Amino acid sequence: MTLSEGPAAVPLLSVRGLTKLFGSFAACNAIDLDIAAGEIHALLGENGAGKSTLVKMLFGVLQPSAGQILWEGAPVTINSPGEARRLGVGMVFQHFSLFEALTVAENIALSLDPKISLSKISDEAAALSKAYGLPLDPKAHVADLSVGERQRIEIVRALLQNPRLIILDEPTSVLTPQEADRLFETLFKLKAEGRSVLYISHRLEEVRRICDRATVLRHGKVTGACDPKRETPASLARMMVGSDVAQVHRDSASALGDIGIEVTDLSVPARTPFAVSLKNISLKVRAGEVLAIAGVAGNGQGELFDTLSGEYPVTDDEAIRIRGKAVGRTGINGRRLLGAGFVPEERHGHAAVSALPLSDNLLLARSQSDKKAFLSGGFASIIRQDAIRSATRRICEAMDVRKSGEDPQAGSLSGGNLQKFIVGRELDRQPAVLVVNQPTWGVDAGAASRIRQALIDLAKAGSAVVVISQDLDEIFEVATNIAVISEGKLSDPHPAGTLTLERIGLMMGGIHESHLIPEAAHAH
Amino acid sequence: MFEAILLTVITASTPLVIAALGELVTERAGVLNLGVEGMMIMGAVCAFAATQMTGSPYIGILAGILGGGAFSLLFGFLTLTLVANQVATGLALTILGLGLSGQLGEAFVGQPGIKLQPIVFPLLSDIPFFGRVLFRQDLTFYLSMALVIGINWFLFKSRAGLKMRAIGDNHASAHALGINVIRTRYLAVMFGGACAGLAGAQLSLVYTPQWVENMSAGRGWIALALVVFASWRPWRVLAGGYLFGAVTIGQLHAQAFGIGIPSQFLSALPYAATIVVLIIISHNRRTTLINTPASLGKPFVPDR
Repeated sequence: MTLSEGPAAVPLLSVRGLTKLFGSFAACNAIDLDIAAGEIHALLGENGAGKSTLVKMLFGVLQPSAGQILWEGAPVTINSPGEARRLGVGMVFQHFSLFEALTVAENIALSLDPKISLSKISDEAAALSKAYGLPLDPKAHVADLSVGERQRIEIVRALLQNPRLIILDEPTSVLTPQEADRLFETLFKLKAEGRSVLYISHRLEEVRRICDRATVLRHGKVTGACDPKRETPASLARMMVGSDVAQVHRDSASALGDIGIEVTDLSVPARTPFAVSLKNISLKVRAGEVLAIAGVAGNGQGELFDTLSGEYPVTDDEAIRIRGKAVGRTGINGRRLLGAGFVPEERHGHAAVSALPLSDNLLLARSQSDKKAFLSGGFASIIRQDAIRSATRRICEAMDVRKSGEDPQAGSLSGGNLQKFIVGRELDRQPAVLVVNQPTWGVDAGAASRIRQALIDLAKAGSAVVVISQDLDEIFEVATNIAVISEGKLSDPHPAGTLTLERIGLMMGGIHESHLIPEAAHAH
Repeated sequence: MFEAILLTVITASTPLVIAALGELVTERAGVLNLGVEGMMIMGAVCAFAATQMTGSPYIGILAGILGGGAFSLLFGFLTLTLVANQVATGLALTILGLGLSGQLGEAFVGQPGIKLQPIVFPLLSDIPFFGRVLFRQDLTFYLSMALVIGINWFLFKSRAGLKMRAIGDNHASAHALGINVIRTRYLAVMFGGACAGLAGAQLSLVYTPQWVENMSAGRGWIALALVVFASWRPWRVLAGGYLFGAVTIGQLHAQAFGIGIPSQFLSALPYAATIVVLIIISHNRRTTLINTPASLGKPFVPDR
């Protein structure tokens, strides 16, 4: 490691050349990592960088394909979460596996030795939660608790096993800022006791604030190890996204057409305590243009998408215009009828119903906007199976969707293929306006480039395209203009050619000062 | 007079309570078995046949329990191992049970039965009124009371019961914690079957000691409804079962007195009264939600 300063104290946990292959795809590629006793160690990386895979290997959920895990210098194999716990590794998952109908104490008891009585567990949990500043009522039912309180249960559950290393997977992604502050205090207490924390995050500010060291992953490889307090958000962002961004050659700007989608001074209050409020958002995308919106997750991307798509209409009808028509109060189908198309972030459950075949998923999305093609019989709305089937076939061919059988369940497709299908489902209509959120999240490289090419081609054919993405490689590949969203505020757009990674990194960290960006005076 | 009425109420309520308690355990583990009526009638015919052949109603009780339990195993195999639809399988189990019991019991139709005799507790049974009502009962009554207390303790105090509730709430998470979902559900289904069989045995050995085809007369369905309206709590099942029994007996007496209410209304009264009271008990949405097994009726395939 680059940062093995001082005398060689044996690290609590070392990882040497750890590799995990899924088929021929290396989710983790020869990873080296050292975690010293009593340090808060950050694991940084974008979605799909391999953080979760690495952590699953450390917790015994996945087995490495190659490489070694050393615990206090001695090689160990961790075959199950139980073995990891016995070794002294505790884990707090991003998605909780709690039983809503049971009480806090009962939930904790289920993962402990059955010989310990429930009342003793209650007492210990109460004592622990008090000691670490994690207020919890052991008798409360989980169903009544907030997300932050549920996370506390997981933390207390991990602490009850007296771990020496605690792994937290994106712990603040579900917390309000106040809850996050409380969590940090707990982490400092753990550190003061000599316990180690492996803190997985992609929030740079947080990492700089609480972590002693950071290991940065990108595409399954370690791209940097550093002291985050000595780094700037920009330098961390560069390590995260890589400085070797391939400059895809785009055709010189095609002639821009009419305004496809326009947002004027839109503010939307947060719907839930965990949502971000949108503040004075303005954007304008013309036909032939791809506006890419960059930003670190949880800065209002989902909220912006919901507002643009009409999933949550806004009060001011004039604030959003699609092809010149005010649509702020119009729902999704109304906006689709105007020629707009939308691809939301979550493939399963939002963009597609996993249990239904592709043809049904096609009909669900387009039953209103393409009524004429897919429904007949006027009022009776009889489904035209032949038309739907041929459209499904057309989309699968156009996007090279690999599937088993003629019309399989959406859930049986791999992430990349399903994503190609749901993007293709909209492209098939040749929408005049397309808004896509995280088009290639968790998708293999081949499918990702296919989708990106399709987005570029759509714009070239005269559509206005908005791409919301966390993947800066992707943004530079597809964008004609780039804007950055941070804490619900959207920066002015800049032509893609005038921006560097460093500038975007700074903007992502919330630094909008225009003097950093001389080209800020940008006009169409 | 009042004492006599109370004794008939107990006899009418006991099978409902026992069958409902068994189904409560099954459903707490997340399995919806609509075959209670079928398992009950199988228990009734097995109990009657065994009693006639051996002369001992206690062997009859045992046969009823085993008969109901074995019959439920068929349901368990179809829904848990073969992951068949629970609702359809449960309905099929009821239809099969009613038909099969008629076939098995054909030879016993019209035979005089042997009644299960009360077990009299000395001293305790001498207490005026309460002693005579509570301590001169047959085995099934004592078992029903033990079941209420035992199941309540098991579900809410024991670790095994906690695991069972965890399975009923979220079988995927329970599986991830290393709890054997399928095995626990098999046990819960068989317990439910055994209880339904015991309830059936009470019908053919205590309530009306004889064998008549379809003698369960819809009590299995009442038991199923009791479980839901009692929001899966054992003591509420007891209360609901006795309320139903009391109103049933009460309206019979009212009809005998000849009060000027059409008998159809009176016959419907137990159903209406039970539903109304149990809805009032379970009006608290939050408590109901917390007690409702969230994975009830959902198929579980560990590999997925």
